[in-house]
Amino acid sequence: MFGYYLDLALRSLRRNKALTALMVLAIALGIGASMTTLTVLHVLSGDPLPGRSGTLYYPQVDARDDSGIMPGKEPPQQVTEIDGFNLLHAKRADRQALMTGGSVPIRPDSAAIDPFYVEARYTTADFFAMFGAPFRYGHGWNAADDEAKARDVVISGELNERLFGGANSVGRTLRMAGSLFRIVGVLGDWAPSPHFYDLNTGAYGYAEQVFMPLQTALDLHVDHNGSSDCWGNGTGGVGRIYPSSSCVWMQFWVQLDTPAKAADYKEFLVHYSEQQKALGRFVKAPNVRLRDLMQWLAHMQVVPDDVRLQTGLAFGFLLVCLVNTVGLMLAKFLRRSAELSVRRALGASRRALFAQLLIESGVVGLVGGVGGLLLAVLGLWVVRHRPSDYAALAHLDPAMLLTTFLLALGASLLAGLLPAWRACQVAPALQLKSN
Amino acid sequence: MELRPILSTLRRHKTTSWLLILEIALTCAIVCNAVFMIGHRLQHMDMTTGIDEHALVQIQLAAIAPTPDIYARAREDLAVLRQVPGVQAVALTNQLPLGGTSSNASIKLDPAQREPTLSAGTYFGEDIPQTMGARLVAGRHLQPDEIVNADVVIKALAGGNTKGLPVAVTVITRALADRLWPGQNPLGKTIYLTAQVGVRVVGVLADLVRANAYNDTTAHYSVVLPLFMGAGKDQSYIIRTRPQVREAVLNAAVAALKKADPARVVTQQRTYDEVRGKFFANDRAMAGILVGVIVALLTVTALGIVGLASFWVGQRRRTIGVRRALGATRGDILRYFQTENFLIVSFGIMLGMVLAYGINLFLMMHYELPRLPAIYFPIGALVLWIIGQLAVLGPALRAAAVPPVVATRSV
Repeated sequence: MFGYYLDLALRSLRRNKALTALMVLAIALGIGASMTTLTVLHVLSGDPLPGRSGTLYYPQVDARDDSGIMPGKEPPQQVTEIDGFNLLHAKRADRQALMTGGSVPIRPDSAAIDPFYVEARYTTADFFAMFGAPFRYGHGWNAADDEAKARDVVISGELNERLFGGANSVGRTLRMAGSLFRIVGVLGDWAPSPHFYDLNTGAYGYAEQVFMPLQTALDLHVDHNGSSDCWGNGTGGVGRIYPSSSCVWMQFWVQLDTPAKAADYKEFLVHYSEQQKALGRFVKAPNVRLRDLMQWLAHMQVVPDDVRLQTGLAFGFLLVCLVNTVGLMLAKFLRRSAELSVRRALGASRRALFAQLLIESGVVGLVGGVGGLLLAVLGLWVVRHRPSDYAALAHLDPAMLLTTFLLALGASLLAGLLPAWRACQVAPALQLKSN
Repeated sequence: MELRPILSTLRRHKTTSWLLILEIALTCAIVCNAVFMIGHRLQHMDMTTGIDEHALVQIQLAAIAPTPDIYARAREDLAVLRQVPGVQAVALTNQLPLGGTSSNASIKLDPAQREPTLSAGTYFGEDIPQTMGARLVAGRHLQPDEIVNADVVIKALAGGNTKGLPVAVTVITRALADRLWPGQNPLGKTIYLTAQVGVRVVGVLADLVRANAYNDTTAHYSVVLPLFMGAGKDQSYIIRTRPQVREAVLNAAVAALKKADPARVVTQQRTYDEVRGKFFANDRAMAGILVGVIVALLTVTALGIVGLASFWVGQRRRTIGVRRALGATRGDILRYFQTENFLIVSFGIMLGMVLAYGINLFLMMHYELPRLPAIYFPIGALVLWIIGQLAVLGPALRAAAVPPVVATRSV
């Protein structure tokens, strides 16, 4: 029976070619637009470190005086240098790293390559293990190197490719910011997106090429990039002068393996704040936060508003396309009421009519769904070639492919069920009489 | 035109009619809001900067090795740039209007105030308004003897001793002056950047938009402070020239700077128009997407109306024939379908207005969009009525062409 119904459906669809094309195109456009925007939204709100993000936390303490540019009760989004090092040296977490961003000039040994600037991260030893950064060659530095202000550097695979043609460069030297550094490690492909550990550099499409010990960087007065928020007589720094002690400009991350440890750590932050208040450094009552990675991203609202808006628009458009198709399909079926009631009079059950009509509308939905998938692939290609900073991320992953498939199926069923159900309600032979 | 027969026909096609009404309502609601958002974006993109945009170019440099004296370096660079043919004026600035990365300060009117009054963009440098072409409307510009090197100020602040600093003065924008002291003369008044640092207003600029001008109301709050930042990767040389020769002057200026100190790389070299274009790139893209959505929605809806009307015409051929045989003119039939469409579209618009209002309320809560002005409702209605009438015209004409003889035939 299925083959026969399919044949009937195709015949019927062929009879109104323009209309069939319109219905298929409307569904395809709606699904294509929705899936493109939904995929972008999904990619942008994704977990940058799957499997790890649950144990990573971003402690915030409030070192401000009574007034300040950051309103409300929320503590500053970064820490001061003093608090950063205090918390780092307290070693109360399973792992911890203090960091800030910058950029450094590199002068390659080869005269053929002009000096150039790269993005850099100044951080401490635990950074790589805590964030699971993979090493292609070598390894990171250790805590002793941090304290010794070692001239050690970890470079990205990309920089290694550019400077050394991808060869193992561990042990070689690199002239940066007027000083000589020893390469101790080369990272593999690693660019968490969003750039969760420091969102001030831009959340997407940003990756450092150079990682050096924070204390080394401070010692050499290399350039600092990112946000600095100050209060009192604090100033954001200029030239070789770093932001003042009453400025927040560093990020501090901890790894806490169990929820119990996280609760303890939060208590520690309160205790630390009280202690600093007793010392006269803090003015306010303890005001701390300990968000995990995904909570931090949600709090910072990293996903651009425009991307949400586009997704909403696309789904609105899909809804209109679906209503349009349902309406047309229904009108088409009802016009065939006479034919249907003859079939009913000849003994076809309501169920059989329903099956026949559902196949016809299902074909439209399915072809539209496949078309939508193709349009989504095209749409993502267009997004990738736009100059936004998240352009490179717009790819269809298996989860989204499945979602697309389900959406297409759901849309086609929705577009098919209602018209088929409504049309097979005809009374047998009633239509025969009127003509 | 008698409405009753039309209404009773529509009642017989209840589901189909409701679907069409729903489609028109959704289209109306989305289109009203989309048009409104486009207007909002265009208005934002139309922001005035108060500067001579087409005449300006920007150069940013970063040193390969630490610079021994950043202030001497910058002074020499400025002198070098002034010698470049075609350069009319040049200044070192920490930020550009609509430049994106910004420097801001919270401003108080009373040093004892707990919460700051507002946040304003802070321009540091000498000759910034003059070079950029920001017009002075009251008072005077900052004088060369008022300019202080940044490190002197930072050290004084860090030590808590600001007494030794020269008399601190500032030039502010008119928008900021009007906000801080409505209806008063701002000249001679003092604003506080910290509890200890008060600066006296000596001049008022017609406009100088801030670097992070994301909010239309606070975009024009800027102050210019007599602080010389010295050479650095975050500082820019801004050059004024004639718009016709700006590309050539930009290249010549970069060449002159590299000759003056070869140990640096050029990190930014562009006309001010590019700065502005980049700042609004997202808004432009979004406006384009919204236009695309509107066109797509109206097209789909119009085609839907054509399709449905064609069905109904085909289905009612016999009825039309009977009406024609009973004396109805072609015009009567034409008007019948046009009126039917008008009714359906009107129902859709009514429902759509309510939906549009609801969507706007949602957007106001989540996207800081203002209320949808009432003028969008009649315009949206008019557009949909016109589209509906155009879409139904073809099928209606076909219906009008049905000959009376159809009535005598059985199907």
